Amino acid sequence: MGISPVLWQFLTNWLHGSALFPAEASSISPWVDALYFFLLLMTVFGVVLVGALLTFFSVRYRRERSPVATQVEGSTLLEATWTIIPLAIFLLVFVWGALLYFRIYNPPTNALNIYVVGKQWMWKAEHPGGQHEINALHVPMGKPVQLTMISQDVFHSFSIPDFRVKREVIPGRYSTVWFEATRPGTYHLFCTQYCGTQHSGMIGEVTVLTPVDYQKWLHESTSGMSLAQNGERLFASMGCNQCHSGTAAARGPNLAGVYGSKLTLTDGSQVLVTDAYLRDAILSPSQHVTAGFAPIMPTYQGQISEDGLIDLVEYIKGLQSNYRVQQTLVTSTSSDAAPKTPEPGTTTPEMVKP
Amino acid sequence: MSAQTIVSLPDQSTAKMPKRHYINNEHGLLSWLLTGDHKRIAILYLISITFFFFIGGAFAGLIRLELLTPQSDLVAADTYNKFFTMHGIIMIFLFLVPSVPATLGNFLIPIMLGAKDLAFPKINLLSWYLYLAGGIFTLTALVLGGVDTGWTFTTPLSTHYLNTHVITTALGIFVAGFSSIFTGLNFIVTIHRMRCPGMTWFKMPLFVWSHYAASLLMVLGTPVLAIALVLVLLERLFGIGVFDPTKGGDPLLFQHLFWFYSHPAVYIMILPGMGVISEVIATFSRKRVFGYSAVAFSSVAIALFGFFVWEHHMFIMGVSNYSALVFSLLTMLVAVPSAIKVFNWSFTLQKGSITFETPMLYAFAFIGLFTIGGLTGVFLGALGMDIHLTETYFIVAHFHYVMVGGMLMAFLAGIHFWWPKMTGRMYPESLSKLSAVTSFIGFNLTFMPQFILGYLGMPRRYAAYPPEFQVLNVLSTAGATVLGVGFLLPLLYLGWSLKYGAIAGNNPWQATGLEWQIQSPPPTENFLETPIMDHEAYDYEWLANKTKHEVTTVG
Repeated sequence: MGISPVLWQFLTNWLHGSALFPAEASSISPWVDALYFFLLLMTVFGVVLVGALLTFFSVRYRRERSPVATQVEGSTLLEATWTIIPLAIFLLVFVWGALLYFRIYNPPTNALNIYVVGKQWMWKAEHPGGQHEINALHVPMGKPVQLTMISQDVFHSFSIPDFRVKREVIPGRYSTVWFEATRPGTYHLFCTQYCGTQHSGMIGEVTVLTPVDYQKWLHESTSGMSLAQNGERLFASMGCNQCHSGTAAARGPNLAGVYGSKLTLTDGSQVLVTDAYLRDAILSPSQHVTAGFAPIMPTYQGQISEDGLIDLVEYIKGLQSNYRVQQTLVTSTSSDAAPKTPEPGTTTPEMVKP
Repeated sequence: MSAQTIVSLPDQSTAKMPKRHYINNEHGLLSWLLTGDHKRIAILYLISITFFFFIGGAFAGLIRLELLTPQSDLVAADTYNKFFTMHGIIMIFLFLVPSVPATLGNFLIPIMLGAKDLAFPKINLLSWYLYLAGGIFTLTALVLGGVDTGWTFTTPLSTHYLNTHVITTALGIFVAGFSSIFTGLNFIVTIHRMRCPGMTWFKMPLFVWSHYAASLLMVLGTPVLAIALVLVLLERLFGIGVFDPTKGGDPLLFQHLFWFYSHPAVYIMILPGMGVISEVIATFSRKRVFGYSAVAFSSVAIALFGFFVWEHHMFIMGVSNYSALVFSLLTMLVAVPSAIKVFNWSFTLQKGSITFETPMLYAFAFIGLFTIGGLTGVFLGALGMDIHLTETYFIVAHFHYVMVGGMLMAFLAGIHFWWPKMTGRMYPESLSKLSAVTSFIGFNLTFMPQFILGYLGMPRRYAAYPPEFQVLNVLSTAGATVLGVGFLLPLLYLGWSLKYGAIAGNNPWQATGLEWQIQSPPPTENFLETPIMDHEAYDYEWLANKTKHEVTTVG
């Protein structure tokens, strides 16, 4: 940056003090602002240049001073100049913007993952420890945080202007965004995609806490059950462990260590197992049959809420051995056996979590 | 490259209204409603488009009034959502898209080409009826209780979650879309087949070139919008599931289909406006447009590139990073021909003999506002920057600069420029200059604060907003009031001039186009004998010789 650091500091401090500029509260904000200033400069220069040309020609060649027009056909040199120079500037902006885009949308691997479900009309955040919050998000300062987001109904868009991040929250697929907050404080969290009547009421607050305060907050807000524990309970109650038992005779594939691995499907194609893949495999299993297994898994479409899916996915992500699965199998069969076994086929699986 | 003799403006006081012209050629309402005359159809369009413009403008006023305070206290959120939806739908589909092509294009293209009418006069009339039917459908939805999808009809909101009049409105737009397709088709055929002897492609006025490019977009783009709307209807009525993820559909598919039309639609709006500006700048600097062929080709380049940039509306929607790269690059490329045009217009003034009549003032306003609108578009094409700015007031300000600041100023420039030709009368000069200045100032006061609001992060389509955004919103509303006055003035004095305006004469601006060589208003058949185009477009030496010749013959 060809500008002295002191001047830059002064300029940004002054701007942030004024009401014309948002706070710089994430590690990405200064980068976005730098491009913004460049673009602003380009715009001002362009407008002043065009304005100056128009004014100069209007004064110099007005009818009184220039009663007779001189016909000029054009000038290849001039026209080439004003084709190539804007093209060069725009290409520079393209490269700069693209580098920034990859920086904003490619999360670091060590990021803390928080799930967000958007619904008409609220944001529901779920921390891995089971802490839930509505229209609020607590995050630690100085640590990369990745949000895995999905919408339960319509398009929403998750935007924190002071962090300069935004991402569409889409029904039916996970989208992610990450940031690293740099200043403690509270910041606006907006829904920026029009989503119906209370669109403008879908505002939340992001609270950035120091790591110590964050730990304190986590302890105070815990519900006692982590997402993975909720998922484990769900796994057992939906009967998933009947097939995914992890034994050699199991009718479903072994789930231990499956997250992050490459899976071969019956059609021979290979897929990387991600959050999105796990979600899809639960909702439309017939399209995701693992090689060597029969397509017998029923669909769970409409039977599990997005929150429940997040719990299940979080549980499966954490499975490194079959120990837990076999434990839940023992627990569930023994409790099933206790009072009365419902007749097979008569039970209608319900929405496990509202 | 040689000097020309000065052409003095003819003495207006001796000009007489011609005895017979297209307006008084036939009488009675039916003669208008069943006309095949492109000029009369243009007038029908002008009246209906003006009507819709002021309805859309009234909604804009209500929106700005509501945003005067942070709470949603003027109307409830639901009502506000209906306001901005109706504002968007009416302004885009019923005003901006048809404005210049259907009125000025319809009136002028055959005359500029030396033809007696468009290729398909009956289809031309049909397209006006389709436009009117579409408009009435949309207004019906409004009267019955409105619709709150936003003009973008985003699924699954529009298909599964709203109980308002989505179907009626979508049908209205669907029908109006066909009017656009027919108009485009008519222009393309007319430009290809009906040029008078000597009118080669490169002797055509730039106004015709820009309409040719816009017509290609209308004919190729609008059917995709029609398909998207039909799918919305099917999804809503029968739940077919193309956009529904729980049925295996893809909600992003709608975005692709919708923007495949709606981005080129921006060029359908702006290209004809650029054509107007080329005519006005040339006339009032008395010069051929600098680099005629570059300006002509840049219109076609904008039209071609315009089809390959739609995904830049979806950079934050989880499209693949690499497709985002491609679309960002193409977006940067489409900005270049626009830059070329702005510089070419500026250099047209060089060595000219410039006067500042009202159309010229509007044209200057256009260049200024369009430059700001275009350059702020580069912000949104830059991937990393787009993330922060999209879906905020920055984007609202940007497209209003392009579409209202650009398109509407061009429309007003064109209306003032050709008003003497269309009506045979002049408008009051000082009032019209006042309106141009008022709307320029009002426009900037309205939309400049919105750029700042956008960078601060204020989301669009909010009925209520955090209180720290209020000052800039109050400024914007104040500007909108000034802007409203700037738009009402022309309605009043142009109406007045119909009866009381001075008689214009054939060529009040001493312009070179074929339309200025016939009487004002023109006769129904345009040309009593087929003209021969024996000079380049914007050839002021030809005009000077012709005038000298006429003076000598008369004297």
